[in-house]
Parts: sequence; C-alpha cells; structure tokens
Amino acid sequence: MTAAAALPDGVLAVVKRSCPTCSLVAPVLAGLAGAGIGLTVWTQDDPTFPDGVPGVVDDGSLELSYRLGITVVPTLVRVEAGREVERLEGWDRAGWERLTGVSPLGPGLPDYRPGCGSRTVEPGVAEELAVRFGAGRLRSRRVELGGLEDEAEAMFARGWTDGLPVVTPTEARVLRMLEGTTRPPDEVVAVVPPDQVRCTVEKVAVNAVLAGCLPEYLPVVLAAVEAACTDEFNMHGVLATTYFPGPVVVVNGAVARAIGMNSGLNALGQGNRANATIGRALQLVVRNVGGGRPGEIDRAALGNPGKYTFCFAEDEAGSPWEPLSVERGLPAGASAVTLFAGGGVQAMVDQLSRTPESLARSLALCLRAVAHPKLVLGFDAMLVVSPEHSRVFKEAGWDKARLRTEFDSLLALPGHELVRGAGGIAEGVPEALASSTLPKFRPGGLLIVHAGGTAGLFSAIIGGWASGPAGSQPVTREVGS
Amino acid sequence: MSDNGSPGRRVVLDPTGELEPEARQRAPRPASLDGLRVGLLDISKPRGDVFLDRLADRLSARGLRVERYRKPTFTKPAPIDLRHEISTNCDVVIEALAD
Repeated sequence: MTAAAALPDGVLAVVKRSCPTCSLVAPVLAGLAGAGIGLTVWTQDDPTFPDGVPGVVDDGSLELSYRLGITVVPTLVRVEAGREVERLEGWDRAGWERLTGVSPLGPGLPDYRPGCGSRTVEPGVAEELAVRFGAGRLRSRRVELGGLEDEAEAMFARGWTDGLPVVTPTEARVLRMLEGTTRPPDEVVAVVPPDQVRCTVEKVAVNAVLAGCLPEYLPVVLAAVEAACTDEFNMHGVLATTYFPGPVVVVNGAVARAIGMNSGLNALGQGNRANATIGRALQLVVRNVGGGRPGEIDRAALGNPGKYTFCFAEDEAGSPWEPLSVERGLPAGASAVTLFAGGGVQAMVDQLSRTPESLARSLALCLRAVAHPKLVLGFDAMLVVSPEHSRVFKEAGWDKARLRTEFDSLLALPGHELVRGAGGIAEGVPEALASSTLPKFRPGGLLIVHAGGTAGLFSAIIGGWASGPAGSQPVTREVGS
Repeated sequence: MSDNGSPGRRVVLDPTGELEPEARQRAPRPASLDGLRVGLLDISKPRGDVFLDRLADRLSARGLRVERYRKPTFTKPAPIDLRHEISTNCDVVIEALAD
C-alpha cells in the first residue's frame, strides 16, 4: 500500500452515514468539533454527515480511506506531526475519552458498540481500489483487448498460452497475485533463457495468473524460476535439446501442506490445482518471458506431456526416509523446490517382492532402461517410490543410504554387455570399454523421492537428460516468503 | 468490473519479456573465400570433429588460414569470450552440428 501523505494534526474520524454506530456517535463528533482538539472528519458516503460538523471532508472516492488502510467505521485516529500515533475502531467511550482528552463523551450512549465495515473493504470495491491506487506500481505494458474480442481467444492470438486456455492477466488479478509475496514487484528474480531476459517478480506474477495459480503459490513459483535459471540446471539446454526433458518440480516442507499440494493418490497426475498450476507457471515464464517456444528454440523431437506442467510434493509424512531436500543439504522442515530435467514417467511394476533384496534388484533392472539399457553415465534419473514399495524397505530396516549402496552394486554393469554391437544392437558404449565395469548413473545422478497412493505395488522412473556439468544438474532452492 | 474505471475497456498486462531486439544486418555473404580467415567451430557433439577435420584439410589445401574453436558443451550457448574471439579473428565461421 502506498504511504499516506501527511495527515492533519489532531483527531481524525472516518465515518459513513449508512453505519448505525456512526449515526449513534454523530452527536459526539458534533460536540468534539467545538472542543478545540483539531477534529477532522472524513465521510465515505455522504458529505452532509455528520450534522453539525463543519468542514467534513468528502471521501466518496475512498482514496483517503484506502491509503490510510481503514477497514472499520467509525475509526478514530490520533495524529501528531502529520503521523498516526493511535487508532481506535468502533465506539468505545473510555478509549475515545483517552484518545481525545475530552470527557465525558456521549453520556447517554452505551459504553461500547462495534463499528461497521469500511466501504473500502466491500466486495468488488476492494479490488477496484487496489487497481485504481495500486496499479501504478506495475511496470508491464498494458495491452487493450478489442471490444468484440473473446478474452480466451485473445490470449491464444497473442501467443501467450501453452496450448491450453489461460486466465486473463488483469491488473486486479496480478495485484492480488503479488499479495502472495513480500518481495517488491520490480525485484529481478532471474535472467530467463533463451532470450536472457531479466524477469521481475511482477512478470512471474503475470504468468502465475495466466497459469491459474493462487497468490499463496507465488513463493513456490518464484523459487522454481530461480532454480531453473541457474547455470547448473541449464534451462537453455533443457529447452533447446532435441531430447525429451522439461523441468520437474518436487516440493518439500511445510509450504506443500500449507498450499494443499498433492503427494498422495495420483501425485504425478492431474486434479490438484497447486501441483498443476505451479509447474505450468514456470513453463509459461520460460515461454513468455524467456521466449522459449516449441518449434523455435525448443527443438524437442517428441517432447513429453510433462512440459505442460510437472510438479508434485514429496510424501514426507508417510516416508521411511529423509526428504529429498534434506538429502540435498537443506535443513529438515525447510520448504524447498528441487528441479530435475525429466522426460516422461516410466511405470514400474513389482507385485511379488517381499524382501528388500528382491525389490531392489527389480527396481535396478528397470532403472537400467533409462534412455537405453546399453547406455550409462549420460542420463540421470528420479525414482519415485510409492508407499507399498517403501514399506518393504521400511519393514526390513533399510534406510535410503542402504538402498543406494545396493543400487550402486546392482547398477555396476559389465562393459561387454554394453558395447556397440553387443546383443545385436548397434547402440552402446565404445568397444574400448568392453572389459570395464561401468555405473549406470554418475555419483549423485539418481534422485529418490517418496510419493503416491497407499494401494499399488508400483513405482515410477523419470528419466533425465544429458547429466552433470555438461548438461543439467538437479537444483534445490529454499522457498522464501 | 473494469480494470481502469472506464466501462467496456479491457486492459491486460503483457506477460512477455517485452523485448525490442536491435535489428542488425548479417555480414554480407562473401563471393569467394580467397584471402579470408575461416573459423571452424566444434560444438562438442560426437563426431563433429570428423567433419571439421576434413573441412580443415580441404580449406588448408586451398591456402586458406583456418582457426579451430570448440564450445565447452553443446548444451549451452557459446561463452561470450569465445564468440568475441571468433568474430575478432575470423571473416567467416563454419559450425559443425553433429551426432
């Protein structure tokens, strides 16, 4: 809210005629007008109210009330040297006597009466005032739609969508979105590839509106944009490659619960607003701010449906293991996003393993298939273990480190099975590696996350892209306010 | 509700980067390579060097001066210093896409 201009010294009362409490105290105000305390009255709905008070200020536009943050009438404010020093809401005889230094006040009145809502907080009015007095701080170009233009079609026509309809980014909606963060609208969040554009909090908010986010999702979107635009994550390459990936966003910590994210049934699927719109907002920032559009800098041969949106929360409460964010170095309980350059979901079934050894072998066999069973070290992966699978490890007392040790051993592969031509398949590693033992994944190249519904002996494997410093590395960022 | 107080007008905020890129002319295509300095840029994709080695042989045989360059990784744009070096030292550049 914009800082108020200097206020008149003395006592300021804000009232409206349609409030019964204001009518009740009208005679009190008339009395105070002659008491030499420097009374000023602002009236929201009728400049002739209250009777007997000279020089009532007409605040029918509500600008004064809005800038002073008035939510209740009557409000009584003590002003010294142009600044507010005390505020009372409603009628409270003792309080009014103390604040004004005049007593007795309203001897025939009850001691206390609550006030009414200020006109500034009426439905519809609050939004309109926010735009009228708050939109000036927004720097984005204003685009006027044609009188006969359909709003949804207008968004498509300007190239602002991912192929699905978007929410129209009006000033009111963007201002409301910005209420979701304490960061100022003009703060630069990141430089977004491929056009290397400095992206402000405001531009992220505009795209969060398009995506359908609620304001409380905005800090998560901001953290995701920051993480995507690091050199480590390499959003430019993720976008430009002919391979499949898009940013997969995993959310940890209290924020996931606070904004109602899904980590359970259908966690990787549709139906949850926060999951769906946070991932989408990130992709719309890349598209609209960064200029990364398919067929242009995005050269994916096939892409994957996760490029519309791919965001979910880790099921921390049901997990036998430490959260992904903790494994990646953040304190327990911190809210965080982890970005992973992932292609689509590969389903993994094992309904018979009841020992951790058997299930680990089963998972490892399926992990071998990431990108190609004969290719190693080039691609990271994210393994999403569901509750019915994690239970097998939990009951056997296997922590995540124990499982990783098992994977390291199971995924140390004999070079002679992997070389070009082996198995009658030309694809593979160079002949020179035939006598080597090669790990499927580079160190740190396998992420393990816990999510999913409580029924179903399945897990999910999300294959990565060119791994390590030459490609994309997973990036974890704490979610701010 | 109207966004700006005047009924019927609908105003939205531009979600794009609002870039106004400076239009720059491409360097004119040379009629001949005679006397020009030729840069060969390997983007670090597999077998790009096979193609560029052959080009280097052919161009050198014609008496042209050939400079070789290499991006650290094909997944990221060429570093600004590398781009500056190429534009300073070369008249034309041939970039090898490969796989």
